[in-house]
Amino acid sequence: MRQEAFEAENQTLWEEIGELIEDLHRPKRKRRKDLGEQLRFPQHYRRLCSDYALARSRRFSPALVAYLHGLVLRGHPLLYRKQAGWQWRLFNFLFRGFPRALRRNRFYFYISLLTFLLPALLMGAGCYLQEDLIYTVLDEQSVAQMESSYDPANDHPGRSPERGSETDFTMFGFYILNNIGIGFRTFALGILLGVGTLFLLLFNGVVIGGVAGHLTRLGYQETFWPFVSGHGSFELTAIVICGAAGLLLGKAVVAPGPMGRLETLKHHAQEALQLVMGAALMLLVAAFIEAFWSSSGFTPEVKYGVAVILWLWVILYLVFMGRGQGGSH
Amino acid sequence: MEEHISEGGATAPIDTLGFYEIPEGVRLEFRLAGPIVRASAWAIDALIRSLLYLVLSVILALFGGVGMAILLIGFFLIEWFYPVIFELQNGATPGKRMMGILVIQDNGTPVTPAASVIRNLLRTADFLPFLYATGLVTMLINREFKRLGDLAAGTLVVYRDESRGRTKTPTDVVEKPPLDLSEDEQLTLLAFSERAEHLTQDRKEELADFLSEVTGRQGGEGVETLYGYANWIIKGR
Repeated sequence: MRQEAFEAENQTLWEEIGELIEDLHRPKRKRRKDLGEQLRFPQHYRRLCSDYALARSRRFSPALVAYLHGLVLRGHPLLYRKQAGWQWRLFNFLFRGFPRALRRNRFYFYISLLTFLLPALLMGAGCYLQEDLIYTVLDEQSVAQMESSYDPANDHPGRSPERGSETDFTMFGFYILNNIGIGFRTFALGILLGVGTLFLLLFNGVVIGGVAGHLTRLGYQETFWPFVSGHGSFELTAIVICGAAGLLLGKAVVAPGPMGRLETLKHHAQEALQLVMGAALMLLVAAFIEAFWSSSGFTPEVKYGVAVILWLWVILYLVFMGRGQGGSH
Repeated sequence: MEEHISEGGATAPIDTLGFYEIPEGVRLEFRLAGPIVRASAWAIDALIRSLLYLVLSVILALFGGVGMAILLIGFFLIEWFYPVIFELQNGATPGKRMMGILVIQDNGTPVTPAASVIRNLLRTADFLPFLYATGLVTMLINREFKRLGDLAAGTLVVYRDESRGRTKTPTDVVEKPPLDLSEDEQLTLLAFSERAEHLTQDRKEELADFLSEVTGRQGGEGVETLYGYANWIIKGR
């Protein structure tokens, strides 16, 4: 069959299919074709693809081939896109997906935890025993500012003396910007062979441990520990989870295994994303607690009590939520 | 996608086309966007973002502590999710839209929320040590101009296909070529006549003159003769 005859025979059909494709790209309520016609799309689409293949293999003119390819390209996403209601997916994620994803990848979580916790403990002990050690990780200005924030002479521990409760909101915004940002970076830099993630975990461990040790040495434990113990449950756990996500990326690049580097990376990235999004939500909760609860004036006994509840909550949630049918053990 | 094999089975020529074979048994072709056009899109977006920062700062500065909180949260959202929000609408940030490019999945479907978040969070790594140096190097050492974020998310940045209307050969004259033409020669003639309206008369004549030995004509007449051959290929006698 010559090109002219081929075109004459199929032109109206192609135009019809083209209209149908455009119609299906519109939101459901604005479509003009009735349901029966819409449902014939897969059949039409296969026909279109076979015409395209035919036009190509018979070396018909580039303009015709390009026209048919354009239709094929435009129709493809209609048949193969993924859709689902976001509310259901969020619910499913919080109650099943996230804790399950973490338990599937607990190996990475433990590595991340060690990389964060060991330096923190060592540096904490060091700074507790030796006065000058803190200056190896923080400059004088930062140390002075941190000391004044937790000075028991200050009415509102955790705030600099000039900070009033009006700024609790401001601090909420700041914790979101700063802490979730740290979480995202800890994840993203994992793609650089995992080194970026390990460095950030180590660095944060050293600084946080150092500060805790130093302030305890100064006798500020009555202000420092009640302030950080509550939100620390969500915050520190979330940072370690972001670290686990980064290590997942790093593992795919360094030692991909039988699937090949690219495929493993894609697979691990999807897995890691669940950890990062869960951790981001945890950091949001942590920001809220830190801004409005940690800085409140309750007695240390109440603060410690709440802290115990929060830590238990985080641990029980991550260990037990989403077990059972289809879940990981 | 390891299928960079051309139709004849030989290795593909150096080109900026990406392919994906769909279940219907045909191949989709994408024109991949390179570093320059993507950098331009990024620069436009950077400009828009800084304007957003500025406007937010000026307005929210009036509202005290709570305004400050919203401002900081706004900074957070713009820093990390500005591209995600737009990519999920129509595949492109305003900058990409202006440059005529968009983000899609490797398999030609619209970019998924997960993939969009992955590729945009990983900008942090692509940016290092300055101005997307890592991303640029990565783009230049793989065939599909993917930066690290694209590799991990399984996404491509491609040119938006403007639907060009179908062009016809300019005349109805049909003329049988004096010799047998190979398939490639036939395709070349078809391409010439279909692209005629985008070429200047001088250029058309210049091209047609290369074949004056075949057509036996010069200048404008030679061009017309080639249209005739093209019509013969399409219509037959």
